[in-house]
Amino acid sequence: MTELTLGKALGAGLRQAMLDDEKVVLLGEDIGKLGGVFRITDGLLAEFGAARVIDTPLAESGIVGMAVGLAFRGYRPVVEIQFDGFVYPAFDQIVSQVAKLHYRTQGRVKMPITIRIPWAGGIGAAEHHSESPEAYFAHTAGLRVIAVSNPEDAYRSLRQAIASDDPVVFFEPKRLYHHKGEVDLEAPLADAPPMGLARIVRPGTDATVLTYGAMVSTALQAAEAAEDEGIALEVIDLRSLSPVDYDSVAASVRKTGRVVVVHEASREAGLAAEVIASVTERCFEYLESAPLRVTGHDVPYPPAKLEKYHLPDLDRILDAVDRVLDRPHSLTGADV
Amino acid sequence: MSPQTTPIADAAQDLELSERILAPDGSRTPNARLDSYVADVDAPRLRALHRDMVILRRIDAEGVALQRQGQLGLWAPCQGQEATQIGTARALDPQDYVFPSYRETGVIYARGAQPGDYVRMWRGEEGAAYDPAALRVAPLQIIIGAQTLHAVGYALGIRHENAPEVAVTYFGDGATSQGDVNEAMIFAASYQAPVVFVCQNNHWAISEPVAVQSQYPIAGRAPGFGIPSLRVDGNDVLACMAAMRWALEHARSGKGPAYIEAVTYRMGPHTTADDPTRYRDEAELEAWRRRDPIARVEAYLRASGELSEEHVAETQAAADAVAKEMRAACLGMVTRPPLAVFDGVYAEPHTGLQRQRDEYAAYLASFEGEA
Repeated sequence: MTELTLGKALGAGLRQAMLDDEKVVLLGEDIGKLGGVFRITDGLLAEFGAARVIDTPLAESGIVGMAVGLAFRGYRPVVEIQFDGFVYPAFDQIVSQVAKLHYRTQGRVKMPITIRIPWAGGIGAAEHHSESPEAYFAHTAGLRVIAVSNPEDAYRSLRQAIASDDPVVFFEPKRLYHHKGEVDLEAPLADAPPMGLARIVRPGTDATVLTYGAMVSTALQAAEAAEDEGIALEVIDLRSLSPVDYDSVAASVRKTGRVVVVHEASREAGLAAEVIASVTERCFEYLESAPLRVTGHDVPYPPAKLEKYHLPDLDRILDAVDRVLDRPHSLTGADV
Repeated sequence: MSPQTTPIADAAQDLELSERILAPDGSRTPNARLDSYVADVDAPRLRALHRDMVILRRIDAEGVALQRQGQLGLWAPCQGQEATQIGTARALDPQDYVFPSYRETGVIYARGAQPGDYVRMWRGEEGAAYDPAALRVAPLQIIIGAQTLHAVGYALGIRHENAPEVAVTYFGDGATSQGDVNEAMIFAASYQAPVVFVCQNNHWAISEPVAVQSQYPIAGRAPGFGIPSLRVDGNDVLACMAAMRWALEHARSGKGPAYIEAVTYRMGPHTTADDPTRYRDEAELEAWRRRDPIARVEAYLRASGELSEEHVAETQAAADAVAKEMRAACLGMVTRPPLAVFDGVYAEPHTGLQRQRDEYAAYLASFEGEA
């Protein structure tokens, strides 16, 4: 085991994927000499050369469109979108081309493209640098959507995404790029759990908290605080947003009977709505209370000085836990 | 100079600003720039190109007829653009790879499309009309200009492998307004990718004339990206072939991308859902009828004593035979069963979609045994 930051783990995952398969090529703005604005591709240009670590013009649709052409030629392109809010110019190429070409051609054309997106807020960034666009992609048939929350997952899932014959939109929580964790760099990929599986991060019996990305850490903090009050929360990292691992989710909900879904993306038509609808369809008779959402507000991502009021925090999660447990409101003391 | 709100594009529409070998009346004019590229095109080869164009026009007419008879949901006619499509596509090597728009019926014909391939997508049986690997043609692209980037990405792969191949992309004058097409030209120039851009300037993007897209000949843009270009008479099959051979030679020899603007005309509607009488003059149409690409070659061959009535009759019979096969293939298509709607979304199992498929299968099974 090696202790790595999440950012370094991603770099190690890219490197290993490039060693494993010479058809893996990287494309993106500033990914060469600079090593990417977050240094995820640091050292890869020197090791693999400019034919495989391709600095591109500043055009996101162009980058993804090029990746489509490379996939036609048999390559496995890995695209870096510099920031979440910059993916929108490439939206057409992703949802109309990358997602659909396999279906349109009845599988004759494969699009094994991985689209890496430094993602979400909490770092005091400028406008367009803290967006959570995951629902757009989870809503699009033909794409897989992955969101990682720790170095071990990042290293393994990224390699699985690149090895997948399907296109994967891969969300990297930039708030966690410098968080450290143990990574088994030697573990064979074949022995790893499949990319689409959820993971119980913390077992519990009283309520299930479903979340992903940087919010996993926040949910764990909430679970520790709840434990002080004698509440055992089960925290599940969804890891895959398309498909969602509803077998694991439903098993937990049948055990706890209570559900809180947490994400920092806005609420309306978001992932939490979909997850709760699906949980309700599958586990209605097990539910002791209405599932609740703790999300970002339905506002454009706010200026940095206000983002703490937008992002779900420990208290908002505990408040929702109280509600699904029919406990007196922990913040106000009021009955709910 | 006062702001101009109504674009004018006299230069963009000036047909005399394009390279030509066969004049509209069928007379052959010397062209120092292009002649050497088609020096090998003797009368038999020119008759073969003529035959291709006649067959293509017949395929196109059959497509329109099948749509009018309710057999196709839509058809995008290419009448008038036969010289551009046949001339350029017949210049390709088998290993070259084409990224077309939806109007390139003649290009897929030249690449070896089978009768059903012309109609499968328009009939709504499959999302792509043919096997891309078999034709070395990407699926017909409906999103305007998206395919130009795919061609450049493919060409980048060719370049990395030092393969003697070229990627070719076709698009219309309207597409030149799209960001993707401009991004494609930037990427192609930056990487010196072996790609050929073929803009079929057919004068109309549905109801928008080329004047709305361009105030200047479209081929004139390419040099600004560092890409050499040629503007040719798109109704002159020899000029189109010569220009394509020049462009392919340029790209294949490692000199990077090349660009062709073929100035032609879409004689019919944008698609069978369109009514061009609402936006364009009969006089304009008539002027272009006099520039018909097929009549031009016929006039030249006749004047040279190289067009026999036997050839004309055989060509028409061949065209009718292809159309008959196309109609039979269309009418013979068997729609896949309901659960096929789920097929091919993913390359690997996707548990969410599998669940939906199972639910729908169970729902359909619940009707079994009912009258």
